[in-house]
Amino acid sequence: MGADYLPYVAIVLTIVLSIGLVGVILVVNALLGPKDLSGAKSESFECGNPPADTSRKRFSVKFYVVAIFFVVFDIEAVFLFPWAVMYRDLLKSPVYGSIALAEVLVFTGVLAVGLWYVWKKGALDWAFDGARSGGTDD
Amino acid sequence: MDLTFLLMTLLKIVLICFVFAMILGAILTWGERKLSAVVQDRIGPNRASILGVTALGLMHPIADMLKAFTKEDFVPAGANRFLFAMAPMLAMVPPLVVFAVVPFGPGPDFVIAPLDTGVLFIFAIGGMGIYGATLGGWSSNNSFALLGSLRAAAQMISYEVSMGLNLVGIFMIFGTVSLSNIVLGQGQLLWGWLPMWGIVVQPVAFILFMTASMAENKRAPFDLPEGESEILGYNLEYSSMRFALFFLSEFVEIVVIAAMAATLFFGGWQIPWVDPQGTAGGWITVGQVAAFVGKVVFLCWVQLIIRWTLPRFRYDQVMALGWKYLLPLSLLNIVATAVVLAML
Repeated sequence: MGADYLPYVAIVLTIVLSIGLVGVILVVNALLGPKDLSGAKSESFECGNPPADTSRKRFSVKFYVVAIFFVVFDIEAVFLFPWAVMYRDLLKSPVYGSIALAEVLVFTGVLAVGLWYVWKKGALDWAFDGARSGGTDD
Repeated sequence: MDLTFLLMTLLKIVLICFVFAMILGAILTWGERKLSAVVQDRIGPNRASILGVTALGLMHPIADMLKAFTKEDFVPAGANRFLFAMAPMLAMVPPLVVFAVVPFGPGPDFVIAPLDTGVLFIFAIGGMGIYGATLGGWSSNNSFALLGSLRAAAQMISYEVSMGLNLVGIFMIFGTVSLSNIVLGQGQLLWGWLPMWGIVVQPVAFILFMTASMAENKRAPFDLPEGESEILGYNLEYSSMRFALFFLSEFVEIVVIAAMAATLFFGGWQIPWVDPQGTAGGWITVGQVAAFVGKVVFLCWVQLIIRWTLPRFRYDQVMALGWKYLLPLSLLNIVATAVVLAML
């Protein structure tokens, strides 16, 4: 293969060609398809009724909560990757091996406590109010 | 960087990303319709023909594509035109680019870019697909499309977490995140006879990975973002080739999931007990590439069967499954793998 940067050249080529292919598909479609925008046709599709409401409105806060959990837990996952790759090398020495094992137990332990906390707070319950009241945990 | 490298790379990109991934994706659209027909005791697509040749309905994807090309690329009133046009591209490009790091055979000749960071690259690029669904629904200026895109975003990022965590066990055992090296590692034998495939050493991770990635692909039983029978989903306002790109991207993602599962859990191009280092060349190499393609096709079929077997979840069940079952199980799997490796 040679130089170290060559795989990255290949990656850039792949990205450029994929965008190019999809772009060509869309341009060809724009050239072949008819252009006939009339009033009623361009309305939002709500089964034939006039749109009842705008779509630029507020939505449930639960979606934001999920996004925050994603940022927290996914970054934790990223921290585990380098440890996972080195783990078997570290195990070759008893001292480093036991440190590595103890560290991951502490790390996942903290993660589990965090998960337990948001779970008990009810942040993971999608239907904790409204129709299905009573706080059943399913 | 010389001309040979450029030409070879271009050839590999065309063969792997455009021919293998896109054509297999297009065939899967037919496969899904035919399989659903078989499951439901119908005949399924059988009409479209070229010069009288119907080939079991295989001409239908071609007819669908021609039809999509000649339809109006419609933009609804009040839509954000730029994002509305970008969204199908954002959905289609990432699953194609992911194939750049998947090894189709032994050695650097059968992979577009043998990156050391293989799996991380797949996560980084694959995660971009979330933008396609989210922006497509939001930019349409339609309440139902907005609902679908919110559901899609929340569901996809929820399962992204456990998808990353349940591969950690594989990285621990093989000590690398490079797909080529993980495949080489799977050529080892346990107790002298059992191939050390990912599914043998990490069976729990395989089940969790398939569940998480099928949820990430928004297919039944996790098709809440689309919910064909009630909210119609984030691609509700799309028509013509723009819709077809959303549709096709779902099937290319099936191929991506199958290729990842084959590489990480089914030994990639390894044929058990035959040439584990991949140095033999000749017909054995041809057989190894064929073995990989065969594994991918088999895992695609598995996903289609699951989609036509299971009924849809309710939305709170989907979120509960992701956060309350898959995530704790992935953490347990990591701890269990770490303890077992330390005791060996």
